[in-house]
Amino acid sequence: MEKINNLLQDEKAPKLPNFKTGDRIKVFVSIIEGDKERVQPFEGDVISIRGSGASRTFTVRKLSSGVGVERIFHFKSPKISKVDVIKEGNVRRAKLYYLRNLSGKAARIKNK
Amino acid sequence: MPGMLGKKIGMTSIYNSDGDHIPVTVIKAEPCKVVSVKTKEKDGYDALQLGMGAKKKKNISKPELGHYKKHKVDAPFKVKEFSGFEKDKFKTGDEIKVDFFEEGEVIKVRGNSKGKGFQGVMKRHNFGGVGGTTHGQSNRLRAPGSIGASSYPSRVFKGKKMAGRKGNDTVTIRNLTVVKILNEENLILVRGAIPGANNSIVELIKN
Repeated sequence: MEKINNLLQDEKAPKLPNFKTGDRIKVFVSIIEGDKERVQPFEGDVISIRGSGASRTFTVRKLSSGVGVERIFHFKSPKISKVDVIKEGNVRRAKLYYLRNLSGKAARIKNK
Repeated sequence: MPGMLGKKIGMTSIYNSDGDHIPVTVIKAEPCKVVSVKTKEKDGYDALQLGMGAKKKKNISKPELGHYKKHKVDAPFKVKEFSGFEKDKFKTGDEIKVDFFEEGEVIKVRGNSKGKGFQGVMKRHNFGGVGGTTHGQSNRLRAPGSIGASSYPSRVFKGKKMAGRKGNDTVTIRNLTVVKILNEENLILVRGAIPGANNSIVELIKN
């Protein structure tokens, strides 16, 4: 299976920097509107990294005008052109789902 | 329907040209040898007998060996008959390869599902269980409920869905799209899941 996964690996897969849960990142995703393609940034905190191999994903959470928005990205997705790590967070958990129940000052992540 | 035999390798995911994520099952379909050509005149029906892989010598029974010797082929691991081939084009010893299918084609995949053992009605037949927790109800949450009426018919109807052995059935999944074919490696990738455990033998059937 591993051999086959290597065989199927997409050359278009992006080379992403190393980041961990708790980091604030900016993901540049290409979206298609009609027949035009443009790059849209999505900035937020990484609250979870799960899976392995071709199906490995990360979840980014941000607050958009007071409403929490989460997006799940595949690590190997050719739709991601770039990821910038804005700051490293200092967290004690691998999954930061508790942030969903917090708001305002309590929902901040400590800097490293 | 014409088809061939393959071995389920496992599931993974790939991306299409639009960058969309597609879950795929990888099937290894090594060239299938035509063991014998059945004809209407001789056998009463038209079919191709296809064999896949190689069988260990100690596992070949004498009647099998006779059959393969007659057609001058090596003993395959698994033999299956497929109808619908243009039989004039094939003769014993010919190979059917994975390029028999095309990318984008819609096929059927047939296999034996994983055995689940003795299971209750909720898992086996999607019953709802006995709902409610009042009126004296206790410990009946996963029970089948009533299995029939009383004095008429005074028996349980045949075929009543009850608990029992689940799985290990022949299951056909229709409308699976062929996402990719790797001719050199004899691999075929279909979108979605197929029945059976990894390394189990499946039939790939043309629509």
